[in-house]
Amino acid sequence: MTLRPDILIALPLALPFATAALLILLRRWVRLQSAVSVLGAALLFADGIALTAAVERAGILTMQSGRWIAPFGITLVADRLAAIMVLVTGFVALMTTLYAVADIPERQTRAGMQPVIHLLVAGVCGAFLTGDLFNLFVWFEVMLMASFVLLALGARAGHLGGAVKYLVLNFLSSGLFLTALGLLYGKVGTLNMADMAVKLRGGDETRLALAAGSLLLISFAIKAGVFPLFSWLPASYHTAPIAVSALFAGLLTKVGVYALLRAYTLFFALDHGWFGPILLIASVLTMAVGVLGAAAQYEIRRILSWHIISQIGYMTLGIALFTQHALAATVFYVIHHIVVKTNLFFLSGAIEQSAGSDRLSRIGGLYRAYTLLAWLFFIPAFSLGGIPPLSGFFAKFALLRAGFEVGAYFALAVGLLVGALTLFSMTKIWAEVFWKEAPEEAPPPRRVAPLRLLPIACMALTTLAISLYPQPLLRYSEAAGAQLHDSSVYIRAVLGKEAAP
Amino acid sequence: MESLFLRTAATLIVPLQIGLSVFLLLRGHNEPGGGFIGGLVCAAAILLWGISRDFPTARRLMRLHPTTLIGLGVLTAVGSGLAGSLLGLSFLTGVWAGSIPWLPFVGEVKLGTPLYFDIGVYLTVIGVITQIAFALEEAD
Repeated sequence: MTLRPDILIALPLALPFATAALLILLRRWVRLQSAVSVLGAALLFADGIALTAAVERAGILTMQSGRWIAPFGITLVADRLAAIMVLVTGFVALMTTLYAVADIPERQTRAGMQPVIHLLVAGVCGAFLTGDLFNLFVWFEVMLMASFVLLALGARAGHLGGAVKYLVLNFLSSGLFLTALGLLYGKVGTLNMADMAVKLRGGDETRLALAAGSLLLISFAIKAGVFPLFSWLPASYHTAPIAVSALFAGLLTKVGVYALLRAYTLFFALDHGWFGPILLIASVLTMAVGVLGAAAQYEIRRILSWHIISQIGYMTLGIALFTQHALAATVFYVIHHIVVKTNLFFLSGAIEQSAGSDRLSRIGGLYRAYTLLAWLFFIPAFSLGGIPPLSGFFAKFALLRAGFEVGAYFALAVGLLVGALTLFSMTKIWAEVFWKEAPEEAPPPRRVAPLRLLPIACMALTTLAISLYPQPLLRYSEAAGAQLHDSSVYIRAVLGKEAAP
Repeated sequence: MESLFLRTAATLIVPLQIGLSVFLLLRGHNEPGGGFIGGLVCAAAILLWGISRDFPTARRLMRLHPTTLIGLGVLTAVGSGLAGSLLGLSFLTGVWAGSIPWLPFVGEVKLGTPLYFDIGVYLTVIGVITQIAFALEEAD
């Protein structure tokens, strides 16, 4: 029995599906189910590590599924960006399934929360690895269905309004995506992204490509939560159980950012003069509106939801600048942000469990009562704010440096201002939750279950590791940025090897 | 809502439907048919049984819980994809292992992972459709 190295690319799709199926069969045995769920996620994480190592060693890996040669079959492609995204997804899945064991009530576990989490992860991994535009659409739908089930299962009565808003806007995005697909397929006659990029490059009819590209841009912008199409996000993210909303906060919008990165480097780059300014303005507004929205909120999870939007602006700003360094900064930013934001949502759950509320006005004095929790909160919160030497500082610094190189001073000024406001927001939570005297009606703080603290501590340590020793990740992102900036590497990896006899 | 006509007709139609669903499943690799459509027909048979008699009977007829069928189906389909990988081929590559030369109505049936994949789809579709129908019936 000889395994090909490309099984590493197939496993991120096969593992979550197999785990989900097993979990369905094990639904009567809740404890066994939880154990299998965590194990499945751990295997995915291990596969992500192996895949990233393989890509770092051997360059872009591809797999022609079912041995249908590109551009006719569906090619799975793992370049540096896709590999590390799978790695981070595996990590987040592992932490989420651990947290879910303590967090999700037994009734919801029995209703099938755990298997659906794995289906969502399958959709996310599929979107990262596919090299086929229609297949990307299919993975988006897998993700959308799973996330809607999770929202509906977890929502309390009266909260379904947020889920409906989420569904409608995401359906709109799917519709636009499908229309763009139809236009592009009609024009170039292929769905393989690399092949499409080649054919668009040689094409003379640019207007249709521009129209299709604009539709794609809007569709992905909705998924990513870019201004002005973000309203589904703050409406829905705080309604689900913590484990679920942490998973959403960490991964879902980042799939949109990933799709933007992929589409921008392969297709939009040809018309950078058209797409660049649009995305630049949208990014600046996303940063500003997100952070201002957060300032008006007084519940922890709502504040954090608005900050997702504002941080997405930084990531798309890197795409809009479209230099090698800016793309590298975006890659670094995405990874730093997934770890930090998932953890902050976990922490909001721990704070709620400890203090009995999510409202800032009803919490206080936790620093004295629960110093450990305070320090665990400190790391991701002030990393998000960009305080050196935490990981957010390096992310923002890399982006600022890239911005200076092309002279996008206005966007940089907004970025700095938004950074300061983010810090203000995090300080607000810090002061209200930890420093302020506990309000009189507040119940005495309770201890948080160790099973909840474990994933929080793991993720805080990861942030700390990136912060104190950022070189490996910076170097990796720099190489990923180079790979993204010169799309011919990607195209050759997909089409070249097979084309040569 | 008992109807003698429906009851009698269902006794005749349901076995035929189940036979048809297996027929569709087996010929589906190269001709119209396949796991999805076969699963729909089989689920329709189970529901017809439920409508003509009552749903608890139809549930018992299935022996397995619909959710269990979904799990088994997805696992089967994933397994058929991985079979290629374990033999050193790409994920989802078809692996063939001989054929049954002749079956009534169907003719030659090639045995291999694509058929196995179709069976997975067949089970999943039956599970999903009956699950939804039973839930709607209970909500009434």
